[in-house]
Amino acid sequence: MKEKVIGNRASRLDAVSKVTGKAKYTDDFFEREMLVGKVLRSPHAHALIKHIDVSKAKSLEGVEAVITHEDLPKIKFATAGHPWSLDPNHRDVADRLILTDKARYVGDSIAAVVATDHLTAEKAIKLIEVEYEVLPHVLDAEEAIKPDAPTIHDEKKDNIISSFGQAFGDIEQDFQQADYIMEGVYETSIVQHCHLENHTAYAYKDTDGRIVIVTSTQIPHIVRRVVSQALGLSWGKVRVIKPYIGGGFGNKQDVVIEPLTAAMTLSVNGKPVRYQLSREECFIGTRTRHAIKFYMKTALSKDNRLKAIHIKAFSNNGAYASHGHSIIMSASSKFRPLYHFNSVKVEPKTVYTNLPTAGAMRAYGVPQICFALESHLDDICKKLKLNPIEFRKRNLISLGHVDPLSKIKVRSFGIPECIQKGKELIKWDEKKKSYENQTGEKRRGLGMACFSYFSGTHPVGLELAGARIVMNQDGSIQLQVGATEIGQGSDTAFAQMAAEVLGISMDMVRVISTQDTDIAPFDTGAYASRQTYVSGAAVKKAALEVKDKVLKIASRKTGLKVEDLDIVDKQIVEKDLGTPLCSLEEIAMLSYYDRIHAEPIKSDTSENIRTNAVAYGVTFAEVLVDMVTGKIEVLEIYNVHDSGTIINPSLAEGQVHGGVSMALGYALSEKLMFDEKTGRPLNHNLLDYKLQTILDTPKIGVGFVETYEPTGSFGQKSIGENPAISPAPAIRNAVLDATGVQFNKLPMNPQAVFEKFKDEGLL
Amino acid sequence: MFSINHILEPKTLKEAILYYDENPKLKVIAGGTDVLIHLHHGKLEDVELLSLRKINHLDEVKLQEDGTIVIGAMTTFSTLFRDKIINQYISILAEASVSMGGPQIRNIATIGGNICNGAVSADSAPSLFTLNAILRLESKKGVRMIPIQDFYEGPGKVKLLQGEILTHILITEDNYHEMKGKYIKFSNRKAMDIAMLSVAVTGQVEDEVFKDLRIALGVSAPVPVRCSKAEDYAVGKECSEETIKKIGELALSNARPRNSWRGSKPYRQHLINVLTQRAIKEIVFKGGGKDDEKN
Amino acid sequence: MMKKINLNVNDKHYAIEVDIKESLLDVLRDRLHLTGVKQGCSVGECGACTVLIDGTPYNSCIYLAMWADGKKITTIEGIEKDGQLSKVQQAFVDEGAIQCGYCTPGLVMTTTALVESGKKYSDEEIKREISGHFCRCTGYQKIFNAVKKSLDE
Repeated sequence: MKEKVIGNRASRLDAVSKVTGKAKYTDDFFEREMLVGKVLRSPHAHALIKHIDVSKAKSLEGVEAVITHEDLPKIKFATAGHPWSLDPNHRDVADRLILTDKARYVGDSIAAVVATDHLTAEKAIKLIEVEYEVLPHVLDAEEAIKPDAPTIHDEKKDNIISSFGQAFGDIEQDFQQADYIMEGVYETSIVQHCHLENHTAYAYKDTDGRIVIVTSTQIPHIVRRVVSQALGLSWGKVRVIKPYIGGGFGNKQDVVIEPLTAAMTLSVNGKPVRYQLSREECFIGTRTRHAIKFYMKTALSKDNRLKAIHIKAFSNNGAYASHGHSIIMSASSKFRPLYHFNSVKVEPKTVYTNLPTAGAMRAYGVPQICFALESHLDDICKKLKLNPIEFRKRNLISLGHVDPLSKIKVRSFGIPECIQKGKELIKWDEKKKSYENQTGEKRRGLGMACFSYFSGTHPVGLELAGARIVMNQDGSIQLQVGATEIGQGSDTAFAQMAAEVLGISMDMVRVISTQDTDIAPFDTGAYASRQTYVSGAAVKKAALEVKDKVLKIASRKTGLKVEDLDIVDKQIVEKDLGTPLCSLEEIAMLSYYDRIHAEPIKSDTSENIRTNAVAYGVTFAEVLVDMVTGKIEVLEIYNVHDSGTIINPSLAEGQVHGGVSMALGYALSEKLMFDEKTGRPLNHNLLDYKLQTILDTPKIGVGFVETYEPTGSFGQKSIGENPAISPAPAIRNAVLDATGVQFNKLPMNPQAVFEKFKDEGLL
Repeated sequence: MFSINHILEPKTLKEAILYYDENPKLKVIAGGTDVLIHLHHGKLEDVELLSLRKINHLDEVKLQEDGTIVIGAMTTFSTLFRDKIINQYISILAEASVSMGGPQIRNIATIGGNICNGAVSADSAPSLFTLNAILRLESKKGVRMIPIQDFYEGPGKVKLLQGEILTHILITEDNYHEMKGKYIKFSNRKAMDIAMLSVAVTGQVEDEVFKDLRIALGVSAPVPVRCSKAEDYAVGKECSEETIKKIGELALSNARPRNSWRGSKPYRQHLINVLTQRAIKEIVFKGGGKDDEKN
Repeated sequence: MMKKINLNVNDKHYAIEVDIKESLLDVLRDRLHLTGVKQGCSVGECGACTVLIDGTPYNSCIYLAMWADGKKITTIEGIEKDGQLSKVQQAFVDEGAIQCGYCTPGLVMTTTALVESGKKYSDEEIKREISGHFCRCTGYQKIFNAVKKSLDE
């Protein structure tokens, strides 16, 4: 009987390594006489740098080098973790220097010190004298595009990175013919990834004169490219190694510290230099999630059908472009294959401000637009007195839907079942009835929200993945992938795929978890929930190649045709009869030692995926609102996902738990705050930035509706980012249900709830 | 690495006092959860530390024969939370102790440190205010006893004279006998957080009349405060909804909350009122502070 | 200023000189290369660096190395016995409580202290006792299950 590996609750391959403390992360490697790098950060939100005097810092004992922008190539580069584009019009905005020549936010990197130890480096930082000419600053995106706003980058005088939008259908006609027109304004705040391992890297020059960087990144191959570009080096001169990673969530899908780490080692003749960010630096000196303000306007017909939606969006990008306009473009694409609209028009503006740079964060613009859209839909239902579930169901697209712009086709569509399942899990009908007409100090409410999301970036980005398999003498394999394990469990999912194809057990698959750009297959990395779908296809292709080679040898040995053979439970079997012919090990031995035909079995393949698969899901939440203090507690929450085939239910549940937890913080407590007058961060530490603790986290219910996605190598679609999308609006809608109050801004922390209750006259 | 130039580790209090007298610039370190964090952030540098960690018997809770509870300044919050005497007689302090930080912090942070750093958000302060705690301070000049209400001077500032070390916190029997207490810490999170506002209530209800009532607030003024007006009003009154409502309103008269990004002034004022009422209801209707606070 | 200290780490005795500036975390990681002890914030706000000192969980980032003189320190590296995972470690593996793994060693240490206390804990008490650890990957769901399983007889 052929053992199914896909769908098993296999333990993570790295579980033992991590639970024993043996898994090595970037900081766990040591080089002899490793130096320490530190950065002087701007105290001003916006200032010209008139002069930097590093002489005192340089003369401090223990200081090996001090560098500023004057010591580095004047090359502006882009940092986003996207594949390189041969089309110059499709590239990310190159607006950064390794060390800046103008301060654009509080925390901007002005100068760097390389010293023998931390304390010396910190002392030296204080000895650097910088003469600033302070400029007016702007923190709000809508303010930043006013004509009198200060210009942050000379290349974009109006502070607009891009206002490229998307539209289809005749929106004017749809609004003219509408029976109802509904409007709403919705806003999200700046939050941060807060992976437990801060950004950290070390670099040295090897004996061939190449720069070697060991770094905590999601995208080693892209790091190599960007470091080379930033330093003006040939790409082969840089080698990047990614060991175990303590979480990324998109913040390490960006080349944040590696170019400077490389510059640091170059400043000391290639001696090893470690550059670690502190938690406080990590909050402001890496990336954040874009705060986006949406102006939504929707046309409906009398029979409660959505006809048209017009969205204006202002995306606050902070001081540098990073992923820039891609975020709002992703948001405006990914919400579309969910509800049917005759016409859609999105008019976004991605805007520079004097804040830390916003970049990629779990679900890439979609948590923001989902909050706006799903809140808006409930507001419509409230106004028109509609059942929010029935209203949504009535407006869903159907299987086979093709998006008029992206041409992405919906080939699997499990959202109706997701809604049904979620509704049952939370006992919607029963509870709805009992919560009618509440008047007490503490009130309960139910809410839900749906989402659609993609699997990878096609057709916008190149989706190339690489996999390599080598079969050992005993039939076990090494699997190497270019895509990175960052905690999400991709290595384990890949191992399951390879084992499934090759008819071997999980313990016969070793996945090499370290990506070293010298030897790892080319793959652009961990992002866009692309790995099981995109990189998984490469793994399947590699495994099929290996299988074919095994069966060819078996055919030669047995005289049976390749088509009549299979590998089942480490045995070569005759397909139809199921009878074992010989062991896989015998074939593997022949591949190594046959005197005539020996040729070890291996494959080294790439897959360029030119499809996308739309994944779906829904959140159902129940809240308890303290009408007196403004505190909101989530009592129950369920996420039900259509992610196609679930490769590993245990790992998939883990993704859902983590995503929902992150979204609970997004909804209720997390917000990175800045002083309006100075632009200084106020709460850039884990005490004041309110991540959820275990005591704040309710039990998170998980459900899967397993459709089969025909374009997935095993029927699978994305799962990694998806769970973080819909909880915030579901919670918001539950609060609406409990209190009748429309919260249109995240987070709904007690202070915000108090203010809103005051405005509404409830307090 | 912390910017520490020197550290002294006396084994007796006497020795510590001598060191401190000789060098007033010494920075006293107890659990280190404030000092080491300030050092990490560069708010302190090149310090010379006077560590109290090697001094024996400063970390004990004792019940004297006269009924006075004596808490050593080096007693950790974990110890306080689990201590039998505290739980039996002044459970409000146990409640306050477990609300502080997280378990690893409570395992090392001391009540003495919490008091002496003068934070308005100190979790121990409101409860100790309602218990009329007395601080025992010792220097080369001798011992000074001072009510905790007189100890706070301003945010981060306390009235320690030169060379003085807080050694014990005393609570006399008349301040806890037959009393019930409730501490409400209002914060965004249920753990690992500092108070946005806190209310402690200790009181005695007899025949549904407030025989005694003490209310203290944290993060409601530059220092923790007692709500004397509300207290005066309450004593002798019947424990009705109306009285409690009035007490809540009166609690505001001793408060001077400020606007900050952690919480606005109007919100804090609102919380002082409603949380004071809730805390009082807890001791009136539920009969003590044993319940887990769900706020 | 250097100070000579004697300490026992994972049942091994060390007589070493430490700088008074060093945290226990610095010494464990940089000197003894016990890199299973993780650094996440350096100020006692995340719990990743938790080790047991005489059986009690502490944040080693805000514990001076010299204070460890005469103490028994247990880190994640000292939890396995004879090459076998401890009950706590096995529970974390079996329950799928690990993702990126960065918070895992600290959580295993605190859970180990709970198990060794011999006490019984309600679900709320379990949560309270591990609330000094942040995890950004798991939403704590499977971690809670693993701790509960560790405490089951």
